[in-house]
Amino acid sequence: MANLQQNSNNPKASYEYRRKKHAEEMRMQVITFTMMIFFTVIAFAAVGAGFSKWFIIPFVLLLAVVQVIFQLYYFMHMSHKGHEAAQLFMYSGVLVGFITILTFLTIIWW
Amino acid sequence: MAAEQKFTQQTWPESPEQATLEGKNKFLGFWLFLGGETVLFASLFATYLALKDSVPSDSHAKATDLFELPLVFLMTMLLLTSSLTSVFAMYHMKNYNFKKMQTWLFITVALGLGFLGCEIYEFNHYYHEYKHTFTSSAFGSAFYTLVGFHGGHVVFGLSWIIALMIRNARRGLNLYNAPKFYLASLYWHFIDVVWVFIFTVVYLMGMVG
Repeated sequence: MANLQQNSNNPKASYEYRRKKHAEEMRMQVITFTMMIFFTVIAFAAVGAGFSKWFIIPFVLLLAVVQVIFQLYYFMHMSHKGHEAAQLFMYSGVLVGFITILTFLTIIWW
Repeated sequence: MAAEQKFTQQTWPESPEQATLEGKNKFLGFWLFLGGETVLFASLFATYLALKDSVPSDSHAKATDLFELPLVFLMTMLLLTSSLTSVFAMYHMKNYNFKKMQTWLFITVALGLGFLGCEIYEFNHYYHEYKHTFTSSAFGSAFYTLVGFHGGHVVFGLSWIIALMIRNARRGLNLYNAPKFYLASLYWHFIDVVWVFIFTVVYLMGMVG
C-alpha cells in the first residue's frame, strides 16, 4: 500500500508502471485474439466435417457466445473498473433481444 | 484537465477517454447506444430466423444452396483481425503515441475495406447466380436486411474512423479527441460482435439446414 502511494506521487515511477501495465494488457489481448481465431476455426471445421446438426448447432452457438464474451470483456474493456453502467446496458439489451428471438421463434410458427 | 491542454507521455492520464466530463458522458451514452443496438440486431436476427428458407417455390435458392464457407471464413478473419488492430491503436492511444495509433487505425480501415469488398462480391454473386434479391422472397428480405444492416454499420464505422483520422491528423492527441477515437474503436468491436453471430447463425447454421 505504501509502495502504491509512492508510485502515484512520483510521476516517473507511475509512468513506467503504467507502461508496463499496458504492455501486460496487450499480451492478454493477443492471447484473447489467438483463442478467438482458434474458436472460429473449430466452428468452421465442425460444419465442414459434416457432423449431425443436433451437435453442430449448439456447439457453434456456444463458441459464438464465448467469443463474444472475450470481445466484450477484453477488447472492449468491460472487465475494467467503471463499466457497471455498460454492463447494465448490455445485459438489458441482451435480455430484451433474447425474449424477442424466443418470441419470433415460437409465436410465429407454432 | 482542459480538453485542449498539451500533454507528454508522462503527464497523459491513465484513462484519457474518461478524463473530462464530456468524455465520461460520451462513454456512458455510447454504451447505452450499444445496448440499444443489441436489441436492434436481435430483432433482425429474430426476423431472419423466423423467415429463413421461406421461399415461394422450389426454384428459389435456399440457405444451403447459397452460402460458401471459404468466403465467409475469409470475411471473418478480416474482421476479427481488424478488431485486434483497433485494440493496438487504442494501446498506442493510451501510451500517447499518436503516429502509431494512426498507423494501426489505417490498417484497421484497410482490413474493413477488404471485408466490405468481399460482401459486395457476395451479394453480387447471389444476385447473378441465384437471382436471390431483396424482393425475391421473405427469406431474401430477411437475409439482406440483417446482413445488409451489418454491412451498413461497417460502412458507417469506416467513414467514422477515416473522418477522425483526417480531422485530427495535424492536431495530435488531446483530451478532446481521445474519447472520440476510443468510442470509434468500441463501435468497431461491436461490429465484430454482431458479425460473430451472423457467421454463426446465418452462415454456419444455414449450411447444416
